[in-house]
Amino acid sequence: MTAPTHDTVKADEAEADAAADVAKKHVEGRSLGRIAWARLKRDKLALAGGVTVAVLILVAVFAPVLTALIGQDPNEYHQDLIDPLFGTPTGSFGGMSADHLLGVEPVNGRDVLARIIYGARVSLLVGFLSALVAVVLGTVLGILAGYFGGWLDALISRVMDMLLAFPQLLFIISLIAVVPNSMLGLEGTGVRLFVMVLVIGFFGWPYIGRIVRGQTLSLREREYVEAARSLGAGKRYILFKELLPNLIAPITVYTTLMIPTNILTEAALSFLGAGVKPPTASWGQMLNTAVRYYDQDPMFMLVPGIAIFVTVLAFNLFGDGVRDALDPKGTR
Amino acid sequence: MTNPEGADAAEPAADSTADSAAQEDAVASEANAESAAAVTMTSEDAAPGEILLRVTDLKKHFPVTKGVLKRQVAAVKAVDGLDFDVRAGETLGVVGESGCGKSTMGRLITRLLEPTHGTIEFEGRDISHLGTAGMRPLRRDVQMIFQDPYSSLNPRHPVGAIVSAPFKLQGVRPEGGVKKEVQRLLEVVGLNPEHYNRYPHEFSGGQRQRIGIARALALKPKLVVADEPVSALDVSIQAQVVNLLDDLQGELGLTYVIIAHDLSVIRHVSDRIAVMYLGKLVELTDRQSLYDGAMHPYSKALLSAVPVPDPRGKAQRGEDRILLQGDVPSPLNPPSGCRFHTRCWKATRVCKNEEPPLLQLRTGHQVACHHPENHEDQRPEDTELLSVAEKTADELDSERSAIEQRDREAVGKP
Ligand SMILES: Nc1ncnc2c1ncn2[C@@H]1O[C@H](COP(=O)(O)OP(=O)(O)O)[C@@H](O)[C@H]1O
Ligand code: SF4
Ligand SMILES: [Mg+2]
Repeated sequence: MTAPTHDTVKADEAEADAAADVAKKHVEGRSLGRIAWARLKRDKLALAGGVTVAVLILVAVFAPVLTALIGQDPNEYHQDLIDPLFGTPTGSFGGMSADHLLGVEPVNGRDVLARIIYGARVSLLVGFLSALVAVVLGTVLGILAGYFGGWLDALISRVMDMLLAFPQLLFIISLIAVVPNSMLGLEGTGVRLFVMVLVIGFFGWPYIGRIVRGQTLSLREREYVEAARSLGAGKRYILFKELLPNLIAPITVYTTLMIPTNILTEAALSFLGAGVKPPTASWGQMLNTAVRYYDQDPMFMLVPGIAIFVTVLAFNLFGDGVRDALDPKGTR
Repeated sequence: MTNPEGADAAEPAADSTADSAAQEDAVASEANAESAAAVTMTSEDAAPGEILLRVTDLKKHFPVTKGVLKRQVAAVKAVDGLDFDVRAGETLGVVGESGCGKSTMGRLITRLLEPTHGTIEFEGRDISHLGTAGMRPLRRDVQMIFQDPYSSLNPRHPVGAIVSAPFKLQGVRPEGGVKKEVQRLLEVVGLNPEHYNRYPHEFSGGQRQRIGIARALALKPKLVVADEPVSALDVSIQAQVVNLLDDLQGELGLTYVIIAHDLSVIRHVSDRIAVMYLGKLVELTDRQSLYDGAMHPYSKALLSAVPVPDPRGKAQRGEDRILLQGDVPSPLNPPSGCRFHTRCWKATRVCKNEEPPLLQLRTGHQVACHHPENHEDQRPEDTELLSVAEKTADELDSERSAIEQRDREAVGKP
């Protein structure tokens, strides 16, 4: 029999009682989400990560406003600031000055800060949208596999295994090489962004799908699902009202941890020349240029490198915090 | 609701002469009137003592499949031929060790599972193979209380949503509104109605089980199946919850099937007790006859395991504690003949070779045993006891094939 031993029941009850005591002050019940939120607020590192992420999002959204504020355009050439002999910025630290706070690019002298600001747009756009694609695909297919089982599960699971074993970077690079310059009313960088979002999302869904499938497999055996069935609930009610609310937490955790991975993939693709097209600014592309000048102008490599590092770190800290807040015992 | 048979009877009238058509019509309307009477009869509560639920040769075999093609290689015979009635207003206790198929039986009669064989009739209507849609209206009348209060309430739903789900799912609008009715129900089961907005994790195990009871009673069901309703609870609160169930039965005129793995929980509240072993009923009788004169050795063993507050009482009854050896064998490959023979101290050759039928040996007292206790022997000619070695070998046989199966197994979905 699977009945818990009295010891665990007692412990659980003590915990529930403690929770009930805490909750006495509240007329409202405290949902698991609200408890997690309270826990997250106490986690300093996660908060720092979360604030950084929020700032990054604001920077990306208000990029035109910010660049107007600093009085720089990301695509404006400042050849007067470039040493004609070496092609590197004149002045120290990559040409840092009051006008150009983070210096200028080698060769054409575009403002680095303005390009970093605009680069955040590409990184976050691709990071978020591809995660969205992965979450939608992964959730739907994961639930279907887990809930219905049988041949559908076998099929979806095999596809996930295959995709996880696939050399995705190579695939994306070759795919980018063959997509036309304009499609579906998009041009140049638009096409590249579209393809990156779709393809990164497509290779990302099995990570979500596996988690969701596993969770669904265990959730569908819970007695509350039987209780709903014994009240006459159909499949749709069970999937959306009983199972999905319990999947939100793991999906949230894996999404916050997937976004930085996707940002790194975008940076790698842009670095390899398979990302957005010039002159659109992106951090990976800046790194690519920087490699050629790194002995003369190490500053120019450092800046986009730090931007990527800080972004990925912030997302990871926040994601870890969310995970700990939702699952303090680390049972997942 | 019209009687489908009545409609069928009217059908052939269409192409006959006007005269006979009129005649047929008369017959048909008579049939309809009859069926209407039948419908009103069944839609009212069955009078106490009438049969509410009848189960005939009920079986549930879970397929064990192998390979990608899901070829069935064996079956877990969780429930393997049950016959019993549940009468309106009574409490039927079902008892047996873990793995005897009690939960499967409960899920069959609430039609959470579809039987492999046999019929389940509720108020005279065969519900054995009704689909989700066909069962939906009946769900109001048959409800279930689950074993695990930590798994039977969705942690993401506040109590109000949990207890009002029955109204939502059945499209019922209670008098005075859903919220008021939910609060009334919470009060009925002894919870603070102000806790409407709380979540399950804010309650103790016993309180959660009360929430589950409120949900099961929301639609005023006729039959409530409670699957080990207190076995996950602390002993100190088990009695409270059992007493609550007992009180509610009187107030609401409920019929209960209460499942338990030992007799201590159900002995006070059951009118009749069914003893289950490996998917079969081995004894079915009213409570008093079971306590005074259990006939099946397995029932005897279960009885002797119940703690008796007054040890002298036990001594007077001349009973020693009978310790059952080992575990219930696997239902994948149950022992031959009497399934209990591998653990029975009275087992003889005939027990291994012939399955004892469930027979009514006294009025209202059914037993499946060749050599019953407290009754004359059914097979007095067969006296040679099986050796311990042989019984152990039979048990190992059942176990081994079960383990072999498990190694290859991918147990099929229910
Ligand atoms: N869905 C299922 N698939 C396969 N085997 C099952 C399933 N449900 C129950 N069983 C098996 O049926 C037997 C009886 O189980 P159950 O009805 O839960 O017994 P009880 O409630 O008396 O402990 C057990 O051996 C169990 O492993
Ligand atoms: S039939 Fe035989 S083995 Fe089975 S319970 Fe009776 S005496 Fe024991
Ligand atoms: Mg059980």
